[in-house]
Amino acid sequence: MSMKISNRQVDGVSIVDCSGRITLGEGSVTLRDTVRELLSKGRKKILLNLGEVNYIDSSGIGELVSAFTTVRNQGGELKLLNLTKKVHDLLQITKLYTVFDVKDDEAAAVKSFN
Amino acid sequence: MTKQRVSYTLDSTLETVDNAEQTATRIAAEAGFEEDEVMRISMAVREAAINAVLHGNAYDPGKKVKLDFESTPRDLVITISDQGKGLDMSKIPDPLAPENLLKTSGRGIFLIRSFMDEVHIHPSHSGTEIKLIKHVHGPAVGGKEASP
Repeated sequence: MSMKISNRQVDGVSIVDCSGRITLGEGSVTLRDTVRELLSKGRKKILLNLGEVNYIDSSGIGELVSAFTTVRNQGGELKLLNLTKKVHDLLQITKLYTVFDVKDDEAAAVKSFN
Repeated sequence: MTKQRVSYTLDSTLETVDNAEQTATRIAAEAGFEEDEVMRISMAVREAAINAVLHGNAYDPGKKVKLDFESTPRDLVITISDQGKGLDMSKIPDPLAPENLLKTSGRGIFLIRSFMDEVHIHPSHSGTEIKLIKHVHGPAVGGKEASP
């Protein structure tokens, strides 16, 4: 299953709903393009909802890091929402769990940007 | 259970990465590994295939990736070889070092080592061979059941 992505606005926060696989190739590029497009529109509060992401490889992890630093370098914030166990475990072993601001409740996550 | 071996010679493409992962998933499941272990094995194979296609062969259509699975009652041994210049192990940074945490690449070998029981990397001027070993646990090895 390839990656599907859509985004919506909630109280000034762009929630990016991702599903499928964030892997080398199409999945990583789709995520990168989406984040760049949001930033180009001045939307710098981004919440990546990974609740339906069932697989991520090292390229996908790299893309999450890239999105995080790109948003931060433009004065914005990128947070993660609803990690699956697989993604959670990967972020734990790569020590990135402490780097990302990870949320498990959408409403609270949206409020945390303000 | 007898020793079973299957080998593939694949192009240096993204499809090869997906094929390697899918084949590893199937063979690991057939070897009797549980779902979580199958996931770890297939992910390690995917990462090794990414290294072979991207960093080893650099998508060169004239270069191939060899994939070899050997399943025994004790182990699943997977060997992935490329025809690149040979991986320079000294240039692989520690992805857990604070200064490297926000790097966007360099986690593949680390993940492979995290998911497999043994990893042997043999770089040479004619390519890199990486051997991944997962031991079969449980009653199939040693023949001793856990006490009730």
